[in-house]
Amino acid sequence: MDNVLIQAAFLGDVNWDNMWNATVETLYMSVVALLFTFLFGIVLGLLLFLTDRKQLWENKAAHFVIGAYVNIFRSIPFIILIVLLIPFTRSIVGTFLGPSAALPALIIGAAPFYARMVEIALREIDKGVIEASKAMGATNGQIIRKVLLPESMPALVSGITVTAIALVSYTAMAGVIGAGGLGDLAFRDGFQRNNPEITLTATVIILVIVFALQFIGDMITNKIDKR
Amino acid sequence: MITLSKLAKIFHTKDGDVRAVDDIDLTIDKGEIFGVIGYSGAGKSTLIRMLNMLEAPTSGEVDVAGRPMHSLSKGKLREARQEIGMIFQHFNLLWSRTVAENIAFPLEIKGVSKQDQKKRVDELIQLVGLDGRGGSYPSQLSGGQKQRVGIARALANDPKVLLCDEATSALDPKTTDSILDLLVDINAKLGLTIVLITHEMHVIRKICHRVAVMEAGKIVEQGDVLDIFRRPKQAMTKEFVKQVTEPEETEEALNHLLDREGIGHVLQLTFVGGDTQRPLITDVVRKFDVDISILQGKISQTQHGSYGSLFVSMNGESATVQQAVAYIREQEVEVEVIHGG
Repeated sequence: MDNVLIQAAFLGDVNWDNMWNATVETLYMSVVALLFTFLFGIVLGLLLFLTDRKQLWENKAAHFVIGAYVNIFRSIPFIILIVLLIPFTRSIVGTFLGPSAALPALIIGAAPFYARMVEIALREIDKGVIEASKAMGATNGQIIRKVLLPESMPALVSGITVTAIALVSYTAMAGVIGAGGLGDLAFRDGFQRNNPEITLTATVIILVIVFALQFIGDMITNKIDKR
Repeated sequence: MITLSKLAKIFHTKDGDVRAVDDIDLTIDKGEIFGVIGYSGAGKSTLIRMLNMLEAPTSGEVDVAGRPMHSLSKGKLREARQEIGMIFQHFNLLWSRTVAENIAFPLEIKGVSKQDQKKRVDELIQLVGLDGRGGSYPSQLSGGQKQRVGIARALANDPKVLLCDEATSALDPKTTDSILDLLVDINAKLGLTIVLITHEMHVIRKICHRVAVMEAGKIVEQGDVLDIFRRPKQAMTKEFVKQVTEPEETEEALNHLLDREGIGHVLQLTFVGGDTQRPLITDVVRKFDVDISILQGKISQTQHGSYGSLFVSMNGESATVQQAVAYIREQEVEVEVIHGG
């Protein structure tokens, strides 16, 4: 009798196949969303920075529009954003269920968040360096590729690390509305069917993923920071 | 090499318009080291930044190496800028690149092949005396070394003109001198025209051939460095000249002396050119029946010879002193009797 209880408490009915599939789904959602977030975030962040006053592409209207877009999508709570985006998701993915269907919401929610960090990173660049590049006859494209991005790279990487961790927790929320993954497993199999050990195991796996991300991010940042 | 005509820059601020550069006409010859000196706010920084259009003029014309900088298209301006090197007070190196990569940067911009880049970078590293540091990052270098990288970078595309924006103002005196020596060396070796702005007369004295003194957006005085040192006309210029020629606290020390009883005649002797080598004081004492004691003195080297001033007190018969003074004047040493005359 005791044995059974202990077994129930520590191993319970954890179905490792399901747990593995959910982990893969979470990783899939996080990694794909992260790639697109990185791309869109850099582009948006660059635009935000470059269209600002006294910058290379100074443009009040464009700066206002991009700033407004970033602020709005960064402010909507993620769980509401998913629901709001259901029609959009359905039109481009074909369904609003499953890991792939979570991607549009994840990217649209995380890219503006990262864009702000990109903008801050670019602002940290010494203006003198940009001026020196202009004095050497660099084009705006060369300044972006050879100065802005390389000089802000450590901040861009530590920013994407923070964003990646936020994305992992977004995938768990996306799980609640049927995206799959560890969040979904923890909520349906763990909470709704009263299997706390499943919830606990899913939590531990998410923690491991987050710590791994942070570790990798810190490592890369330290390696590329020559200041 | 450089001609400015009716050049003006007006900044519009909340408190009204500021004429940072006010109708300046200036010609700088090929191969000379031209200095612009002024206090901060005099407009010298705006002036030098208009030479490569980092600052667009409000009106007027800027001709550099035969190109009308003020009227070039964006593309042509970029080409023109590749022929104008610039170094900065805070070096403005890319910290993410090594020394060699920083020096290669303008070559990359110009589209020079990787092979030629490497060859040129090696030459430049040698030229500025950074052998063996090509793989270091700027953060591993001292200020003087960083400025050497800045100079190498500015020279990479064989410019015709080198602009120095307070290039030594962030360096200690010893490092300043070594960077100035390097600039003189480059000027001589490459025949490069150098324009520099500074607030230190020391820099002008040490390396410039000609100098312009700026105040409130205008050039108040300009000419050969030695002439300016010899006969500064404007109050502003005199102030700058004093920075170099008079030892600090001179005035205070002299006033203190003049209060003393029986000080006799106090003379300021100003040496210009090669005269500083001769034993003038010994000559005077041998020829005339006077006692001379040296109160203060400072001799500096300029690009054209020595320059300095010596404060002495002379005791003796009034007539003899007059004769001695006349004798000194004959030796092309300027004498100003500041007491007892």
